[in-house]
Amino acid sequence: MDKSEKKTNRRDFLFTASYTVGAVGLGAAIWPFVDQMNPDKSVQALATTEVDISNIEPGKSITVLWRGKPVFLKRRTPDEIAEARAVKLQELKDPQKDEERVKEGKDEWLVMLGVCTHLGCVPLADKGDYNGWFCPCHGSHYDVSGRIRKGPAPVNMEIPKYEFVDSKTIKIG
Amino acid sequence: MSTEYVPESKVGKWFNDRLPLLSLAAHLKDYPTPKNLNYWWTFGGILTFCLLTQIITGIVLAMHYVAHADLAFGSVEHIMRNVNYGWLIRYIHSNGASMFFLAVYIHIFRSLFYGSYKAPREIIWITGLIIYLLMMATAFMGYVLPWGQMSFWGATVITNLFSAIPLVGESITTWLWGAYSVDNPTLNRFFSLHYLLPFLILGLVILHIWALHVPGNNNPVGIDIKKPSKDTVPFHPYITIKDIFALLMFMIIFSGFVFFAPNILGHSDNYIPANPMVTPAHIVPEWYLLPFYAILRAVPDKLGGVILMFSAIFILLILPWLDTSKVRSSVFRPIYRQFFWVLIVDVLMLGYLGAMPAEGIYLVLSRIGTTYYFLHFLVILPVVGHLEKTDPIPLSISEPVMTGSANTALARKNENI
Repeated sequence: MDKSEKKTNRRDFLFTASYTVGAVGLGAAIWPFVDQMNPDKSVQALATTEVDISNIEPGKSITVLWRGKPVFLKRRTPDEIAEARAVKLQELKDPQKDEERVKEGKDEWLVMLGVCTHLGCVPLADKGDYNGWFCPCHGSHYDVSGRIRKGPAPVNMEIPKYEFVDSKTIKIG
Repeated sequence: MSTEYVPESKVGKWFNDRLPLLSLAAHLKDYPTPKNLNYWWTFGGILTFCLLTQIITGIVLAMHYVAHADLAFGSVEHIMRNVNYGWLIRYIHSNGASMFFLAVYIHIFRSLFYGSYKAPREIIWITGLIIYLLMMATAFMGYVLPWGQMSFWGATVITNLFSAIPLVGESITTWLWGAYSVDNPTLNRFFSLHYLLPFLILGLVILHIWALHVPGNNNPVGIDIKKPSKDTVPFHPYITIKDIFALLMFMIIFSGFVFFAPNILGHSDNYIPANPMVTPAHIVPEWYLLPFYAILRAVPDKLGGVILMFSAIFILLILPWLDTSKVRSSVFRPIYRQFFWVLIVDVLMLGYLGAMPAEGIYLVLSRIGTTYYFLHFLVILPVVGHLEKTDPIPLSISEPVMTGSANTALARKNENI
């Protein structure tokens, strides 16, 4: 009895060790086939876009394509900024101050991904109940700061990484 | 039976001893089938026809189609205008998808009505559902290939469903796309998978039929029968001829769509090339996905909507265990039978609501419809199974017909199905 138990333990160790090595090897072999589906180097190389903003009048906005997604660049009027800042944080589904969504000293420029955070449609400008954007797909309403106010979208429209290269140019990405 | 089959010719016997294909053919030919199968049982054959049609037309289309974001839309127009009979082959393929789903829904609801999913046929039911899931994935990816506006935005919305998953959602969608949005890598891989999945479906169909041939067909009376006996007929020629007749009727409808209304089930926006800057005003999936789309939109929460939509499909996997009734056929289940028709109305209503904008009364009705859908499977089925007093069941298929007056009522009931 003792003897057979000993034998079993030794076998168990060998089996476990073999299975472990086998599993690691299998995982290492599968990984390249999984990872090949992630964005490749040519896609990653297109990660920045520079935009000339000198022609945008206050109250107007333009849409540019960045990484295959539309980006809204809106030059807001003082009224619109005041409206966005007058909103109480408790009223928001995803509380965020307007100040946190723009660069300091560049309050009139709202730069955000024009992608509804629900299922990725492009919201329409100057529509909806909050004077901002409205997504026609499933009815999400965004305010003048691009924050979600009503509808199925869970969070505010995303602010991408961007910087002012000079007074006329914004670099996104 | 087929195991005792011996080919007549010497060559046949030599071959069959080494690879028993002739035994298999003999089994399929003699396969004892209940003699009371009605026309709702002909959809298995129709579905096989649909699958083969999609594979053949699809292989031909792939000879002319280019899976690239800049060229895909043009190559589809090229198929329509320049390729000899390209318009016909593409219209058969695009309408064939709809016909495939039409047939599969009838097949599924036939199973629901006659209790074909119950023991000992659970594995037939489950393999069937996996086929149905693969069909939906295949159809969705196929719809993306023409790279029109509906293709692009349908792909965007559906792939974004995965972004609802906490923590890893964003990484999964990026991985699915191969980019930071639906783009050329997405189109390319969808084409690859769209070509692959039908062959997986074909493999599963073989398992589905294999699993069917173990217990044999259910039948409208839903009772176990002795095989072979006076309750059965050989598959060939009795069932083959009936299946072919039904298939011809089905092909008349199919041809009606292909030749007279080839675009009626599609969406005109898909004849506009994909534009990542503009979303069409109304995004609607193909008609066969509308009930699930309505469920998705009925929930005001992103993750909740996605979970409920997938649950609506996956709940069917445990259906054999949710239905507590021992009686298979609804013919003998007076209460369940009524709920069955309510479910049909509910699913049709959800389908209609999925095509309507998600607001006002449509939204309210979607929520009622969604609630009822889950109520049917989770509450009504188990409870009715316990409480219902079922009608008397005949001892054999022949009994209501062959014996005296006592069972004529059953016989008549059987006629009325």
